[in-house]
Formats: sequence, structure tokens, C-alpha cells
Amino acid sequence: MTAHAEPLLSLRGVKAYYGNVAALKGVDVEVREGEIVALIGANGAGKSTLMMTVFGAPRARQGQIHFAGRDITALPTHEIAKLRIAQSPEGRRIFSRMTVMENLQIGATVTDAVDLGADLERVFTLFPRLRDRRHQRGGTLSGGEQQMLAIGRALMSRPRLILLDEPSLGLAPLLVQQIFAAIRALNERDKLTVFLVEQNAYHALKLAHRGYVMVNGLIALQGSGSELLRRPEIRAAYLEGGVR
Amino acid sequence: MPREGEPDKPSDFLTAVKEAAIAALVAFGLFVLLIGIRTDQGPTGALVFTTRFGALAAIVAGVFVATLLRALFWRRLTLSFGQIAPASVKNAVARLTNYAAAAFLVFALVVPIIFYGNRYLLDLGILIVTYTMLGFGLNIVVGLAGLLDLGYVAFYAVGAYSYALIAQYFGLSFWICLPLAGILAAFAGILLGFPVLRLRGDYLAIVTLGFGEIIRLILLNWQSLTGGPNGIPGIPRPSFFGLPFNNSEHGFAATFGLTYSPTHRIVFLYYIILALALLTNWVTLRLRRLPIGRAWEALREDEIACRALGVNTTTTKLTAFAMGAMFGGFAGAFFATRQGFISPESFTFTESALVLAIVVLGGMGSQLGVAVAATVMLGGFELFREFDQYRMLVFGAAMVAIVIYRPRGLVATRTPSVLLGKIKDIPAPIVRDARTETPA
Ligand SMILES: Nc1ncnc2c1ncn2[C@@H]1O[C@H](COP(=O)(O)OP(=O)(O)OP(=O)(O)O)[C@@H](O)[C@H]1O
Ligand SMILES: [Mg+2]
Repeated sequence: MTAHAEPLLSLRGVKAYYGNVAALKGVDVEVREGEIVALIGANGAGKSTLMMTVFGAPRARQGQIHFAGRDITALPTHEIAKLRIAQSPEGRRIFSRMTVMENLQIGATVTDAVDLGADLERVFTLFPRLRDRRHQRGGTLSGGEQQMLAIGRALMSRPRLILLDEPSLGLAPLLVQQIFAAIRALNERDKLTVFLVEQNAYHALKLAHRGYVMVNGLIALQGSGSELLRRPEIRAAYLEGGVR
Repeated sequence: MPREGEPDKPSDFLTAVKEAAIAALVAFGLFVLLIGIRTDQGPTGALVFTTRFGALAAIVAGVFVATLLRALFWRRLTLSFGQIAPASVKNAVARLTNYAAAAFLVFALVVPIIFYGNRYLLDLGILIVTYTMLGFGLNIVVGLAGLLDLGYVAFYAVGAYSYALIAQYFGLSFWICLPLAGILAAFAGILLGFPVLRLRGDYLAIVTLGFGEIIRLILLNWQSLTGGPNGIPGIPRPSFFGLPFNNSEHGFAATFGLTYSPTHRIVFLYYIILALALLTNWVTLRLRRLPIGRAWEALREDEIACRALGVNTTTTKLTAFAMGAMFGGFAGAFFATRQGFISPESFTFTESALVLAIVVLGGMGSQLGVAVAATVMLGGFELFREFDQYRMLVFGAAMVAIVIYRPRGLVATRTPSVLLGKIKDIPAPIVRDARTETPA
């Protein structure tokens, strides 16, 4: 290991396609250990694609993706997950006919089952609502509870890096606050590195150490959270009317 | 909905008539050629054209009246049942279903005692349990892993032929051949699994359907090994720890000082297949609590999420195919030893369809449901044997009825694989009742 910290996750010149349509057109992103990094951008900019490309679905057709010093560009998706990258994907993708417990247990696939109890405890402490509902079927949870479950399920693998795709989607303001507080707690207390996609640009940039702005499959802007928040073009595109 | 204050009779009646008229029209369209016109072979061998418009009219009228009555009274009937049944009765029914599995098992265990003298019923029992076992096996693939397999009979066939051939060429006993047959069938499952790894839903169904046919055609055409359409006769019967079921002095009956009866063997066969079915059930229930079983179910729900959580979907699918195939192979070996003769005719698509119907109608993923569905369907088949040509009609009607009234299968509740606390699982029917009950 070199003296200066190598980023935990790095994407260099990553291009990804759906069929022949380019969704990522050469993206450079770095996430350093211990950071919260936010990715914002308009609908269809390619944010979710970027998250999925880290997991190899779709696979990067050009460029490299490194995690913890290892080239993961061509690794199968489940192998990538084994390196302790976890994801709460777009649309949450809860196993709807299975109970909360079962969802969480599948989240623990890559860990040895010995610490299952401790991992469950950690999730239940973070989201007490899930404890009460642990025998309820995932599909019958409310939207907010499903979001908690998606995050909790990702945490079950004891990740070093967690990718969160729009964790505040469709949630009431109070719940958004709760989720964001949980993310901050995970980052500060458990030293979890967080890479966050958000429509809620104001909250995301306030929470994040650094941010990226994506436009049409390319990174258009980057900088520290507060820096980005001050930029007029960001205010105009993502914040006007959003926050007063 | 009729407007408030208005008497709802006339508009209700009108819509009912309209509904009945449409149904009658559909019936007319369906039956005008099927029933209205008939061609027979005349005395000279030429086709003779006859019409049966009377019968056609009767059927169309029947459909009209039946639909009308249903539209007028059925809704009211179901509504009143929901309201009449008090909560205590509903609770009792729910509690009963909890004991249903145990009761079913006890019944299955004592069948040979109750019906000892009735060879016909014993044979039917064996048939039902065989299909229950096949249902359990297919349930792993379809119900748990969500992989629609229309060629399940292939593994049944592989198991049967494995046993027949190994027993014939190497003279090994049933109990040694049984695991071998299972292993070979599991290999066949993996063989099928590889090419279909990327397929889902209808595409998967088509390929598995083709696989079933391929296996059958191989059996049919590999004359030198399988005997082709002539099949394999003289397959050895199982013995009771080395004691054959015959009238010799070393036979089962003589050894235990019983008078020889051919029923002994039937009862023995019944318990073999029951044990195999229970083994399948037990293994399935165990696996559901293990990571692999959970991975199957998660795979059924969302493949992408599975992969992102570190589940190797390739091995998960292959193990599901292999595991399901293995139990199909066991059942096949049993089938071979029971029949003493097998030929490709026993392994047509109809068998796959029947087993799949048992799984789907039973409520995918439910073990009790599979057992109930196998009993109802095969029992029903026998019940209507005398009506011969109407059998399929009744069978079809029953299927349609189940699909309409219990669209998620006979036993639609899924039992969670983990229950740490003491939280009671509410059966689906009660939940539904609670929702449909109108607030006062
Ligand atoms: N499976 C797919 N097949 C084809 N095109 C896709 C697929 N998924 C996404 N796309 C396209 O790729 C582009 C980027 O989509 P992506 O989901 O990454 O956007 P996003 O930035 O996450 O948007 P949003 O904020 O609405 O979630 C869009 O134009 C979308 O239509
Ligand atoms: Mg998105």
C-alpha cells in the first residue's frame, strides 16, 4: 500500500451500453474510504446505470473499475458482492413474498452465519420498525419500511462500501430525515463508506463530503458538497423550488 | 352499482340477462361446429354428415340459464356466507388447517390398514403418493425456484430407465439402484440446467418441454439399449431386506410365519413410496431453512437483487434443477420396480402436465397443497372413471373452477422459513375476509 490513500472505489473512463445505446459515456468517479459521496443528476442521466455497472450489470464495455485495489471490471456480479460492496438498488427490489427476516438473511449470504444475530441486531437498532415487522412479508411493507429493509438487507453483508440508489424516493419528509440520519450514523459510527444517488439534491449534498453531477452519461461537475450547493447552475437545475 | 334509493332489481336483472346472453353467444360459437355438426363413418366407409341442432340449442340454452342464475344469485350467496359464518367458526376453520397436514399424514400412514382388503384402493393410494412425490420434486423447481419446467417427466424417465437398466445389466438390488437412479437423474437435471441458465418464464418452459421430448425420443430410438417402443420387461421387484415377496419358503410371508398373500408386496410398495415422498418433503422443508433454499425462493422473486447480494444464481439454479430431478429420478425408479415393465409410452408430456397441474393447483410452494391436489386430481380421475368420456370434461371444469375461485392454489399460504418469535401467521383467507368485511 502506498502512503497516500488510494480510493476505495474508482471508475476510470467507464462506458456502458444498453444494446447500442450508450448510457455511460466515459465516467470518472472516485470514492475514498470513509467518505459519503453523492451523485445527482436529471432523470435518465445514467445514475442508476452507474451503480449497476459497478456490479457488472450492465458490464463496462470500456474503462476500469477498481475496488480496494482490485480490478473488478470483469468480475461476476456475485463475486463483486463478496468483496463487501453492498447495494440498495433502484426500485428497492425487496423479495416481496418473503418475510423481513428472510430478506435480511439473504442479505447475509456473503458473510459467515456465525454473526447473523449481531448483524440483525445492528439493523434492528438502526431501524426499529423492522424489528416489529420481522415476520411480515416484504411486499406488504409500506414504501418507507421497504426502503429501510432494502438498506438493512444491504447492511447485512457487513459492507465496506454501500451504494444507495435514491433512498429517499417516495418518503415523507420526516422519514427522509430519518433515513439520512441513519446514513450519517453509519458513516460516522461504523466508518461505512457511502455512495449515494439522490434526486433530493439539497439533502444529499448537505450530507455528502463530495458530490458529482451527472448529465447525459457524463460527469459534468464535481466538488465538495457545500461547494456544489453554492454553484448557481446547480441551484437552478436541481434546487430551485426544492428548498426555501 | 345501482343508484341509491332506486330499487336495484330491474338494473340487476338487465345486466344479468346481458351477461347470460353474451355467455350463450360464446357457447354457440364454441359448440356450433363441435356439437352442431357431426361426421360419422357410414356403412360404405364414406363420411356421413349429420346435424344435431337440437343438442346445440339445449346446450346454449343451458349456458344461458346457468349464467343467468349465477349472475342473479351467486353473488348474494357468497356474500351471505361470509356474513353468516361467525368469527369463532372462521377461527376454528383456520385452526383446522393447521392440523390438516398432520391429519393427512396420519391418514396416509393407515391407508394400507384401513383398505387392506381392497387392492384397487391400495393401487390408487400408491399412484397418488407417487404423484405427490413427483409434485414435491417439481415444487422445488417451479414452486420454490420459480423455474417453469414443462419437461419434468424426463427425470422420471431417466430414473425409471436407470433402475431398469442397472438392475438388468448388473443385477443390483433396488436399494442400491435407487440412489444411483437419483444421481443419474440429477445429472440429467444439471444437463438441462446449463443451456437454460439465461432463460426465464415462457422461453424456459419451451426449452424444458423440448428436453422432455428429446429424452422420450432417445428412449424410443436407442433400440439396442432401451428396447425402443417395446420397453424393458421383467424389471426386478424390491425385496424386504433380501426377502422376496413370493410363496417360496425363503419369502417374506414364510419367514415371518404369515400366510402368503400378494397384498404384502402392494402394502410394502405403498410404504416405500410413502417413505420416499416423506423424505422428499422433509428434505424440501429442511432446505428451505438453509441458505440454498432461501436463495431458491429469492431467485424466484428477483434474480438481479439476488446477484447483487452475492447469491451465485448459476449454482442456485443448477442445484434446484438437480434436486428436483433427483426426486423425480427416485420416483421413476419406484415406478419401474412397481410396474415391472416400462416403455417410453409412460413418459409423455401428459405426465409433465399432470404433475405441473398438481403443483400449480396445490398452491405453488406449499407442500400440503401438493398432497391435497394430487389426491383430489387422481382421486377425481378414478371417481369419474365410469363416466369415461366425460372425465376430461369434468377435469377441465374443475381446473377452471379452481383457477377462478382459488387463483393462488388450494393452499395459498406460504409458511415463512424462520419464525423466531411467537408471532402468529395469519392465513390468507382470514386476511381477505377481514378486508372484504364492510365497515359499518
Ligand atoms: N435496461 C435498460 N435497457 C435499455 N435502456 C435502459 C435500461 N435501463 C436504463 N436505460 C436507459 O439508460 C439511461 C440511463 O438510465 P438510468 O436508469 O441510469 O437513469 P437515472 O439517472 O438513474 O434516472 P432516474 O433519476 O430517473 O432514476 C436512460 O435513458 C434509460 O432509458
Ligand atoms: Mg435511477
